Amino acid sequence: MHTVPASGLLAASWLLIALPLAGAAVLLLGGRRTDRWGHLLGVATVAVAFVIGLACTVQLGGMSGSKSVNLDLFTFISAGTLDVKAGLLFDPLSAIFVLLITGVGSLIHIYSVGYMADDPGRRRFFAYLNLFVAAMLLLVLGNSYVALYVGWEGVGLASFLLIAFWYRRPAAVTAAKKAFVMNRVGDVGLALAIFIMFAQLGTTSFVGVLGSTGALAGGVLTALGLLLLLGACGKSGQFPLQAWLPDAMEGPTPVSALIHAATMVTAGVYLIARSAPIYDHAPAARTVVTIIGAITLMIGAIAGCAYDDIKKVLAYSTVSQIGYMFLAVGLGPIGYVAGLAHLLTHGFFKAGLFLGAGSVMHAMNDSVDMRRFGGLWRRMPVTFATFGLGYLALIGFPLLSGYWTKDAIIEAAFDHGGTTGYVLGGVGVLGAGLTAFYMTRLMFMTFFGRPRWDAGSASTPVDPHESPGVMTVPMIVLAVGSVAAGYLLTQAFPLSAWLSPVFGTNKLESHVVAPLWIGVLVIGAMVLGVAAAWLFVGRREVPVVRPARVSPVVRAARNALYADAINESLFMRPGQWLARALVFVDNRRVDGAVNGIAATLGGSSARLGRAQTGFVRSYALGMLGGAVVVAGALLAVTAG
Amino acid sequence: MSSFPFLLVMILLPAVGAAVIAALPRGREQTAKQLALGVSLVVLLLAVLTTVAFDTNGPRFQLTTSVSWIPDFGVRFALGVDGIALVMLLLIGVLVPVVVAASWNDTAAGNRSMRAFFAWLLLLEAMMVGVFAATDVFVFYVFFEAMLVPMYFLIGSFGGPRRQYAAVKFFLYSLVGGLVMLAAVIGLYVVSSQQLAHGTFSFDALRNLQIDPGVQKLLFLGFFLAFAIKAPLVPFHTWLPDSGAEAPIGGGVLLVGVLDKVGTFGFLRYCLPLFPDASRAFAPWILGLAVAGILYAALLAMAQSDMKRLVAYTSISHFGFIALGIFAFTTEAGTGAVLYMVNHGISTGLLFLVVGMLIARGGSRQIGDYGGVASYAPLLAGSMLIAGLASLALPGTNSFVSEFLVLIGSFPTRPVYTIIATVGMILAALYILLMYQRTMNGPPRGVLLEELPPGAENGPVGGESAHDSVLDHHGGATATLTETATATAPARARLRIRDLSRRELAVVTPLIALIIALGVYPQPLLNLIRPAVSATMSDVGADPHGITPTHAPNKGK
Amino acid sequence: MTLSWYLVLAAVLFTIGAVGVLVRRNAIVVFMCVELMLNSVNLTLVTFARASGTLDGQVIAFFVMVVAAAEVVVGLAIIMSIYRTRRSASVDDANLLKY
Repeated sequence: MHTVPASGLLAASWLLIALPLAGAAVLLLGGRRTDRWGHLLGVATVAVAFVIGLACTVQLGGMSGSKSVNLDLFTFISAGTLDVKAGLLFDPLSAIFVLLITGVGSLIHIYSVGYMADDPGRRRFFAYLNLFVAAMLLLVLGNSYVALYVGWEGVGLASFLLIAFWYRRPAAVTAAKKAFVMNRVGDVGLALAIFIMFAQLGTTSFVGVLGSTGALAGGVLTALGLLLLLGACGKSGQFPLQAWLPDAMEGPTPVSALIHAATMVTAGVYLIARSAPIYDHAPAARTVVTIIGAITLMIGAIAGCAYDDIKKVLAYSTVSQIGYMFLAVGLGPIGYVAGLAHLLTHGFFKAGLFLGAGSVMHAMNDSVDMRRFGGLWRRMPVTFATFGLGYLALIGFPLLSGYWTKDAIIEAAFDHGGTTGYVLGGVGVLGAGLTAFYMTRLMFMTFFGRPRWDAGSASTPVDPHESPGVMTVPMIVLAVGSVAAGYLLTQAFPLSAWLSPVFGTNKLESHVVAPLWIGVLVIGAMVLGVAAAWLFVGRREVPVVRPARVSPVVRAARNALYADAINESLFMRPGQWLARALVFVDNRRVDGAVNGIAATLGGSSARLGRAQTGFVRSYALGMLGGAVVVAGALLAVTAG
Repeated sequence: MSSFPFLLVMILLPAVGAAVIAALPRGREQTAKQLALGVSLVVLLLAVLTTVAFDTNGPRFQLTTSVSWIPDFGVRFALGVDGIALVMLLLIGVLVPVVVAASWNDTAAGNRSMRAFFAWLLLLEAMMVGVFAATDVFVFYVFFEAMLVPMYFLIGSFGGPRRQYAAVKFFLYSLVGGLVMLAAVIGLYVVSSQQLAHGTFSFDALRNLQIDPGVQKLLFLGFFLAFAIKAPLVPFHTWLPDSGAEAPIGGGVLLVGVLDKVGTFGFLRYCLPLFPDASRAFAPWILGLAVAGILYAALLAMAQSDMKRLVAYTSISHFGFIALGIFAFTTEAGTGAVLYMVNHGISTGLLFLVVGMLIARGGSRQIGDYGGVASYAPLLAGSMLIAGLASLALPGTNSFVSEFLVLIGSFPTRPVYTIIATVGMILAALYILLMYQRTMNGPPRGVLLEELPPGAENGPVGGESAHDSVLDHHGGATATLTETATATAPARARLRIRDLSRRELAVVTPLIALIIALGVYPQPLLNLIRPAVSATMSDVGADPHGITPTHAPNKGK
Repeated sequence: MTLSWYLVLAAVLFTIGAVGVLVRRNAIVVFMCVELMLNSVNLTLVTFARASGTLDGQVIAFFVMVVAAAEVVVGLAIIMSIYRTRRSASVDDANLLKY
């Protein structure tokens, strides 16, 4: 890996992070004085960052030679042989993330102006969003694993703050804690990986670590790969740390769109793609990545079929789609670009879907229960149109975004070869079918059929209406992206060419299964899924109350395959018991031993004290006895 | 400039200030406070000037003062600072004015006077400066024990309901450790008089002794016990939750912020350089205690219902990290441990202060007595969140740098212990968030709740007045799907709580600024600490330059 | 005359005094027994002084007498005041000084 020092506009790429950070600082410190214009500042910082990011990317594209631009800012930590520089690395990989974060980020900021218009905490909301954007940019721009880690935990904090944005709701508060703690579990893995890098190579910078992976032993590389994967699983909601992501939907919907769909949760994919040289030397770790991806994609797809909460369905869909990306980056060189392309298109259509869901909630007095929706396409044409395009993109409707990028992943999975390849590819096809099923179910329940909502109370009547322009425009932009991004990234301006400085060129000439047949297979699965959804949901009336008598499979899916129950019985309860037992030990045993010594001393002194009777004559007897003993001892010494 | 006896003045000035305050007539409380604040600010200024005068490339101990004290036993009143002591002096300098300002409106129980409180506080400052600045083991011992007296009175006279019990427990615990250390100090003197022409207590002379390994182990244990009680390491910790919970907030901040650091400072200054062989021999055991303490205290903290006890237990957990860094014997981890000592003083100090402010408003120390404070006192909630995040070592706050250094520095030499210690990072998130969310988030409830008379505006006292209605609007809708969302507060209720006053803001702002500043740019402090830690590591036989990685570092950029 | 007769006499006097202190209850009697013990010691001191031909023992004996006189003054005063408050001179009645 060879880097060049930053010049021109790239030397100012630190502004990308500094601007949103300054925005957050102003909004948080300014207090109520900034209430009136705070949201505008929030939008402006991210929009300007997007422009800077775009300019930087253009400059990077025009550069010849090395496309890794390094910018050292200052010495962060230097002690002994450890020397961590705070610095940025702008290369094609980080460039696409910068554009995704600031681009989708700007749209969602604009949308939030409308969505949060009635919320008195809107300024605080924009402050946290800006904080998130700054941390996320640091995550993808940092030039060392330590800088990445700082951003990594920074986005965790922002996610925590935003999930608990409505902090009076116990569910939101619990979800925020769950997200933070499960992320921390993953963070420990990332931290340990950094420790191993320093112990083995004496450096934590990408250049230093990734440039000398060849020197490391196989076991060390596998350990690194697995630990980084643990970190990635935590942040990206992958098995076995997936349970926090659906709960995170307690946050405001723009947060779900930006953080828990488009950007933060894809950080795990970034981490693995960034660490490609490590995984290239650790095939075992890479296999585990694909397995984790495959398991998660199935868990997400199955759970997504059973939920009635529109945001939870989308959340499980996110879990499932990120599973696809993990599966892709776990395949090695042939999969990196496919995974990242899917990440980008997913960023568009999933953000669009969430914003659409937010628009629906906005119209329905913040209800999320799809059994109470129905027939909304007539009331909300723009939302329906944009949501519908996002839906088609997600299920892989031919020529829309998902079609190009998901097919590429499934293709790469089959091309992996051998039984593994067939299993992974099969899981991918099955997942595509399930995706089509649950998304079609969502469409039917929300937009078609008979209206099923209550009239609402007199003060807050339910009267579905189209959202204001400030909300629909970002949705339209994202819908356009959902339609076109896939074609643009795979065919018109291939992402593989842009990323070739990072991953090299990996053109596979011979395929295990011809792409045409894969296309047919995937489309077939999709059609089956849509048809099944029509059979089960579309053609009959949706019951307003969810049926209680269902098969065990559906019950398991409704409980997200019992992930929470497992976490609770394996970690939470034993942890609580242990903590309580330790309190007992500490109070009764450790402190008890100390107090016991004190009590023994006190008791014996009281007993000895009884010898002091107060009778002068007994004291005199004591003195006499003592004198006799002394005299006797003297005699014994002198005589003997 | 460097000929000015900074250290002596930093000891004498607060001591004299304490005497003057004690001599003030009754009723002059205001003068007492102003005097205490003035003196402590001057000490802060002196600490800063000392730092300016300190040359990081100079000799190990600088700004030395040495006066013959008890010539018959070779005792000299010798003062001097290395980088480790210097950063601790800076910490004292920062914390004492903050504590004075935080205690400004406190009232003493019974007929006690707050004059006495401020007098003891200043005397404590003098003693603390002395204990870190001493370069003569005997002088160190004297200050080590003398420090107990003001703290005993601060806890015993101005503390909570069980203050007598806590104060006596604190005193006895420390005294036991101190007496064992006294035996070891005398033992050191005896050894020195056997090897040198005259017996001495001078640190520099003692460091060059060649002590028999068996004797070293005994002397080491003598010092270790005193420091392990002071620090405190599990299982010598049970005095800290009691003292921390019962101490007045100001005293508690200095107790966990500075006083306890004498223990870890002692490990680094006395145990390692004086008894290197014994240190190496006992290191696995001590690391075991440290790591066990990290997890044990963290789990206990999670189970506490009393906020001050919770903070005390988090400190015990953090002291485990510091001990891990010290006994890993690498420059990186040692530097991290010293930085941790400073950072912990700032972040836990802030946490303690903020918890104290909440307790002052509600009158209860129980977590369960509060809830939903954030919408009525956002500044208070924000301060607690920042303090909490610093406590759980979130990157961007000061504690991250130190915890990261400790762990990354310990990993190459002690991987198993380090891996176990990282579990503490997860537990830290749990105990901090449990306290923060239960008190600050959720619906309003607890001791501060007051029901509104019918017809009154249903909303917070000022601030985000429309908040409730919007939240009910959001919350009510989701309740159909999330069964847990139940409102516990009566429909028309609010919390009766003031947000931070100007004075309280002045208390928390410097600490928050330090948390962020040291989290982003810790290098100035690291530059001060590193040479002293390197010297200590070479004393104990480790590579002073730091860890040599398994594979040669790739220098290609 | 051998030395031992004097010493035997002193020992007998001392024993009488000691037993008196231990068995009698009346403070005045106890007091007199204490005096008896002191004087037995004085006798011993004078005896040894005479035997060794130095004056040291006699000097100390004078000291003892002076101290004894002072002690009598203080002691009798205490006994008087106890008697005035309690209408008793029994030493067992004044047992307040205990644990």
